[in-house]
Amino acid sequence: MSNDFVVLKGIVKRYKDITAVNDFDINVSKGEFFSLLGPSGCGKTTTLRLIAGLDCLSGGSISIDGRLVSDPTFFIPPEKREIGIVFQDYALFPHMTVFENVAFGLYGQKKNQVKNRVNELLFLTGLNGMDKKYPHELSGGQRQRVALARSLAPAPKVMLLDEPFSNLDAELRESLRNETKQILKKSDTTVILVTHDQEEAFSLSDKVGVLNEGKLEQVGTPYEVYHNPSSRFVADFVGKADFVAAITEGDYVVSKVGRFQNNKNYCLNVSNVELMIRPDDVTIEADSNGEAIIEDMLFLGSDVLYKLRLADNITIHSIGLSAFPLAKGTRVNVSIHMPHTVFFPVSE
Amino acid sequence: MIRLFQKLPLSFFDKDKRPYGLLSILMFAAVGLTLLPAIVVASSLFEPSFEVWAHLWDTILPQMLLNTFTLLISVSVGTLVIGTTLAWLVTAYEFPGKKTFKWLLVLPMAIPAYVMGFLYMSMFDFAGPFQTFFRNTVGWQGTFPQIRSGFGAIVVMTLVLYPYVYMLAKAGFEGQSASAFEAAKVLGASKLKTFFKVALPLARPSIAAGVALAAMETLADFATVRYFNFPTVADGILRVWHGLMDLGAASEMAGMLAFFSLLVLLSEQRLRSGKAYHQTKGKNQGVPPIFLSGSKGLIASFICGTVFFAAFGLPVLQLLYWAILEISEITPHALAVYGRLAFRSLSVSAIAAFFTVFVALFIASISRLGTGKFSRYLAKASTVGYSIPGAVIGVGILIPLSALDRYIINIAGNLWGIDLGLIFTGSLIGLVYAYVVRFMAIAYGSVDSSMDKIPPNTVLAARMLGANAFRIIFKIKLPLILPGIIAGAVLVFVDVMKELPITVVLRPMSYDTLAIWVWQMAAESLWTDTALPALAIVLVGILPVWILMRKSKND
Repeated sequence: MSNDFVVLKGIVKRYKDITAVNDFDINVSKGEFFSLLGPSGCGKTTTLRLIAGLDCLSGGSISIDGRLVSDPTFFIPPEKREIGIVFQDYALFPHMTVFENVAFGLYGQKKNQVKNRVNELLFLTGLNGMDKKYPHELSGGQRQRVALARSLAPAPKVMLLDEPFSNLDAELRESLRNETKQILKKSDTTVILVTHDQEEAFSLSDKVGVLNEGKLEQVGTPYEVYHNPSSRFVADFVGKADFVAAITEGDYVVSKVGRFQNNKNYCLNVSNVELMIRPDDVTIEADSNGEAIIEDMLFLGSDVLYKLRLADNITIHSIGLSAFPLAKGTRVNVSIHMPHTVFFPVSE
Repeated sequence: MIRLFQKLPLSFFDKDKRPYGLLSILMFAAVGLTLLPAIVVASSLFEPSFEVWAHLWDTILPQMLLNTFTLLISVSVGTLVIGTTLAWLVTAYEFPGKKTFKWLLVLPMAIPAYVMGFLYMSMFDFAGPFQTFFRNTVGWQGTFPQIRSGFGAIVVMTLVLYPYVYMLAKAGFEGQSASAFEAAKVLGASKLKTFFKVALPLARPSIAAGVALAAMETLADFATVRYFNFPTVADGILRVWHGLMDLGAASEMAGMLAFFSLLVLLSEQRLRSGKAYHQTKGKNQGVPPIFLSGSKGLIASFICGTVFFAAFGLPVLQLLYWAILEISEITPHALAVYGRLAFRSLSVSAIAAFFTVFVALFIASISRLGTGKFSRYLAKASTVGYSIPGAVIGVGILIPLSALDRYIINIAGNLWGIDLGLIFTGSLIGLVYAYVVRFMAIAYGSVDSSMDKIPPNTVLAARMLGANAFRIIFKIKLPLILPGIIAGAVLVFVDVMKELPITVVLRPMSYDTLAIWVWQMAAESLWTDTALPALAIVLVGILPVWILMRKSKND
C-alpha cells in the first residue's frame, strides 16, 4: 500500500511526431525521495510536467494517493492536484515580498493561520527576518529557499523539483542540496526530483529512475544503479566505465583482464559480451615488473584518475587517493574486485 | 451555466479545450476593424474615377506630388544627417554638458510640427522680429530667403523630427560591442573610417527605423505645409474633403498617400535587410567615449547647443513670451474657452487611451492563447495603423461610418419616423475609433513586451499553488504588466492630444480641441491666442520624453 503513493502506469506522451515519454511504469512510495535522472531530451521534464498536470497524457494513467489524476480521457487540473513544484528558475513572484510569496498558496485560510504557517516555513528554510524583502533583493540561494518554502506551504502531497540546483555555483549547490534534503525529510514530503546530474540524484535520493529517449532504463537505489546497471546506457551515463571484450563460459565471464563469477545469473544465448569495469573497482600498486603502465593521470582534487594501458592495448581507468599520486609512465600491478559482474551483449 | 463554470478552469488554461470559437471571432473582429480603413482606402484605388483623376491632374496634383516627394527626401536626409551626427557625438565623445545634452536633444519631439511651423513663421517672416531687427537696427538692405516656402517647411520638419533618428541611432550605437571598435583600432583604422566602416553599418537597422518614422510623420503632416504654402498630398486630401466635400476624390488621394507610406516601409525593409549583422554576445557597453578637450569639446557642445536652441529653446521662449502677454490681459471669456478646450482634449485623449490599451490588451492576450504563429501575425496586423498617415485613416473611417449613419437614419426614419442623427460621425465614436486604429501599435508594443517579460513559469507556479484563473489574472498577470499598460496609455494619450489630421477629418461639428484651436488660430496669424494651448500641448508632450528617460535609466 505504501509502495504506490505516486503511480505512473504505462505513461505515454506524444507530440506531433516525437514520442517524448514512451510507455513506462514508476511507483513512488509515501515519503520517498525519487529522482528522474537522464541526459537532456530524455523525457524527464516531460514526465514531471505530466505528473504536475501541466501537460496531458497520450496514454497510460497517473494516480496520486489512490486518486486517478490523469489519463487520456480524464484530467484533474494542476491547481487541484495538491502538488508543489520548484522550478529551475524558481519562478518567484517578483512583485510580492518573501512573505507574500510563501503565503500565496495559503489563500482562503485565516490571517493568523497564514501568518503562523509562513513563519514556520521561513524558520524551517532559514529565512526568518527576510519576510519583507523582495525577490530581487535576495541571493540565488535565498531565492531557491523561498521557492521551496512557497511550495511547501500548502503541505502538498508531492513535491516536484525541476533541476532546482542548476542555477547555483558549485559550493552553494552542495550545501543547499544537503539543506534541502533535511528540510524535505523533516516535512515528510514525497519528492520527485528531475536532474541530469548523477551526483545530485545519488546524494539526495532513496531511489533513482534512469531515463533515455523516453524509455525508462532502470529503477533502483543509487547503489544498484551505479554498481548493477541494467543496460549499457545506464552503465555509461551513470559514472565512468570501461568496457572490455569478454566471453561467457558457464558460470564465468572470461576476459583479458580476468575471470569473474557470473553472479548476475544471466542466461545469455550470446557468448560475446562486454564487461563493465568501474574505475573504483580497479586498484593499482607500483611495481617495476607490473603488467600495466600509467598512460595518463588526471588530478581531480581528493582523487586521481589513472588511465592504464594493459597488455593487448586494453585501456581501463582506476581511481586512487590524491595524496601520493603515481606519476605518468609508472609501471603498476592491477587488481580488479567487483561486487557485481556486469556485462552486456556486444552491440552490433 | 453550471457546466460552463465547471469547465472554466480547465478550458481556460488547456490549449486543447479552450473556447476557441467565440474568442477567435472576437479576435478577427478586432483585427478586422483596425484594418478596415486601410482596406477601404486601398479598394478605392481599384475603382478609380477617371474624371476625378483627370481634374486633379490638371490642377493641383502634379505640384502636390512633387512637393511631397521633395519634402520626403529632404526631411529624410536632414533628419538622417542631424540625428546620426548628434547620436554619434553623445555616444562616442565626452565633452562639456554631454550628459545633459543627451536628454535635451530628445525634447524637440515634444513640439508638434504644426506648432513649430507657425512659431518659425512668425519669427522669421518679413514682419517677424528677426527680419525687423536686421532691417531697422542693423540696416540690412538685402533680401532674406523666403520662409513661407518649401525651404521653411523642410527646416521646421527636420528640426521637429530629427529626434526619432537621434534616439534610435543612439540606441544603435550604445548597443554595439566595444570589442568591434577596439579591433578596428588595433587594425589601424582612423576614427572617421571606424565610424563609416564599423559603427554606421552596425547601427544601420536602427537608423533606418528612425528615418522611416520621421518620413511617416512627414507624410502625415498637412498643417505645417499649409502654413508654408507648400501643399502636399496629405494637405490635398483635406482640401478636397473640406473644399469640394468630395469623399471619393479624398479617398483616392488618400490611397496615393498610403502608397507613399508603403514606399517608405519598403525602403526601410530594404535598408534593414540584405546584410544581417549579429553583434557578438557579451557586454555591449558601446564605444568607450573619447574625451574632447579644450576647443574641440567646446565645438561639440556648441553644435549640440545650437540644435537644441533652434529646435526647442527658441520656439519655447517665443511661446512663453506670448503666453505671458496673453495671461497679462486674459478675460473670463478667454479663460472659459481655454478651459473647454483643455477639457475636451484631455477627455477625448483619455477615452482614446483607455480603448486603445483595452483593445491592445485583448488582442495581445488572445494571440497568446493560440499555439501557432498565425495568431501572432494576426495581432501584428492590428498595428498597421501607425504607418498610415492620419488623414488616410480619417478618410478610410469616414467613408464606411457615414454610409452606416445614412443607413441608420433611413431605417429609423422609415420604420419609426424618428431622426437619430449622425450616430457615428456626429459623435466621438468615429473619432475615438480612428485614434485607436492609428495608435494601436504604441499600446500593443508596450503591452505585448510587458507580457513577454512575464516568465512562463511564474504563471505555472501560481497554478501549482492552487490559484484559479481569476486569481492568476488579478494577482499575478495584471500587476506584472501594469507598468506596460500605464506606459502604453500615457504614450497614446499624448499622441492623441497632438494628433491633428484625424481630429480635423473626424471631429463632430464645432468640436474644438487644443490641437484644432492652435491650428486654426495659427492659420489666422492670431499668435497670442495660440500661445497657451500650444504650450499645454508641448508640456504634455514632454511626458513621454520623461518616461523614456526614466526607462533607459532603469535598464
